[in-house]
Amino acid sequence: MSTPSPAAGATREGPITPGLLSDIFYLMRRYPLGVAGAIIMSGFVFAAVFATWVAPLDPFTTNARASLAKPGGVYLMGADMMGRDVLSRLIHGARISLAVALGATLIGSGLGAAIGLACGYLGGWFDLIVQRITEVMQALPLLVMALVITASLGPSLQNTIIAIAIPLIPTVSRVIRSNVLSLREMPYVEAAKATGMSEWRIAIIHVLPNTLAPLIVLATAQLGSTILTEASLSFLGLGVPEPYPSWGRMLSESAAEYVRTAPWLVIYPGLVISLVVFGSNLLGDALRDALDPRQRD
Amino acid sequence: MAPVLEVSGLSTVFHTRRGLVRAVQDVSFSVNAGETLAIVGESGCGKTITALSLMRLIPMPPGQITSGSVKVDGTDLLQLDEREMRKMRGGKIAMIFQEPMTALNPLLTIGRQIAEMVMLHDNASRAVAKTRAVEMLHHVRIPEPERRAREYPHQMSGGMRQRAMIAMALACKPKVLVADEPTTALDVTIQAQILDLIGDLQKEFGTAVVLITHDLGVVAETAQRVVVMYAGRKVEEAPIKEIFARPSHPYLRGLLNSIPRVGSARGLDVSPDERLQEISGIVPPLNDLPVGCAFNPRCSLANDQCRAERPAFELKHGDHYAACFQA
Repeated sequence: MSTPSPAAGATREGPITPGLLSDIFYLMRRYPLGVAGAIIMSGFVFAAVFATWVAPLDPFTTNARASLAKPGGVYLMGADMMGRDVLSRLIHGARISLAVALGATLIGSGLGAAIGLACGYLGGWFDLIVQRITEVMQALPLLVMALVITASLGPSLQNTIIAIAIPLIPTVSRVIRSNVLSLREMPYVEAAKATGMSEWRIAIIHVLPNTLAPLIVLATAQLGSTILTEASLSFLGLGVPEPYPSWGRMLSESAAEYVRTAPWLVIYPGLVISLVVFGSNLLGDALRDALDPRQRD
Repeated sequence: MAPVLEVSGLSTVFHTRRGLVRAVQDVSFSVNAGETLAIVGESGCGKTITALSLMRLIPMPPGQITSGSVKVDGTDLLQLDEREMRKMRGGKIAMIFQEPMTALNPLLTIGRQIAEMVMLHDNASRAVAKTRAVEMLHHVRIPEPERRAREYPHQMSGGMRQRAMIAMALACKPKVLVADEPTTALDVTIQAQILDLIGDLQKEFGTAVVLITHDLGVVAETAQRVVVMYAGRKVEEAPIKEIFARPSHPYLRGLLNSIPRVGSARGLDVSPDERLQEISGIVPPLNDLPVGCAFNPRCSLANDQCRAERPAFELKHGDHYAACFQA
């Protein structure tokens, strides 16, 4: 450990061994947009976890007299056709939407990355066969595949996550595979071989961390599309079943019918979805830069 | 003293669409502990493929080592299975590469990369390996090794990185160090420092060094013996003094004549005009070598015999071998 340098020199040279905390403070100053993204995302996570306490009203209680109530008063963001509070439903919906978005993205990106790494690194027959399967999967639209999967598994939160995750795999594995193909030829991979490292260890230590940047960008971009896919599935009756609120269903159910008469039913869910996508992209961008030591210094 | 590295009859080919490329043919040499053998030649003469063949790092396919043996301390590397070979790489025979800029993983600290190597070969714990990494950085004369060990490759200069590469290569005290153009990417003052460093560490650890280079200046400074390669074959081998005093093969003479120098310090017959002599023509493609001596289309001394049969690699005088009818 070095002695802390005087304040004047601290900005450029900095202490020689910064602790985790000062690292975090430094990164926060460096990536203010990332901090904004992190705040947005943690806000949603907080709302999802403590929905029962945060939500002003019960999301399931219907009230015929408040049907399509305008925003204001008790119903801060208005009420839907059945007189349920939109704000409370959005807060409770965060549970399902975030669970689906994070779950599907994590599973899809994780499996996709593993398959892409294996394909790119092993090559040969394995790659050939997996790539053909991938092409078949890519030929089907994401929604159609998800439909087939939920239809065969039955509607539930778990199955929705699986149904949305599986169609993500081909895209991710393709990107990672092509990235690995170029990384495999890097001199440091050859140098690692010259030190006697096994192929498997090289793949984990040298190749995988170098594919993180595109993986993070891809995953954060997909976070938004998974929420929308969940919306479509729910709209078709194959997503998370009623009466559980999901942002996607709130948006898609009301979009056609009420966009003129009760626009708050469309605007607020749409706003929330956009905000999550925006926040996750900001966070992802900053994360990608922060995890790359070349960008750090 | 038995040589630490004994290469005999090594041949490496590549199966390509344009036919069989014989990149290395029947190359033999041996290096003693603490000795430096330089392999010199133009680009495309098979130097690097020879180095990679020693490490068994030729991509297979398309490459294939068709014959020969590479003995390190009596163990023939070409007979080992992949697992045993991995133990030898880095443990007994290590390599440093030409590009210090890209031969280190940009996402790992220097210390971590050296430590990985130590953990792999010496079954050391992470803590022990880290200490060793710092020690090695100190050995290669990197100032403030504790701090530098925590830095990433991009925070270091080219020379520093090459030092780090050397530290990594020597961390497990290998018997043989293969250095493939270790100074080519560095500027001249740094080159000298790196060569000195390799020399000092070699003395300290008794490492046998195979130095691959196209720079005869580097050869003169460091090597005890020199192998000259042309079109995948050895064309000349001699102790360092012989190489510069009495170059036998017209190719080596051409190489020496093509180096600019101050005055006529080397005692060679310097041409009276100031123009540098070049070797005309280019290295022939390895899948389409000329009949006879591979050098004959570019050689001013070539006669009918040179164009008809390949000269044998034989003892010319003293300790000086060459493959040339005219030598």
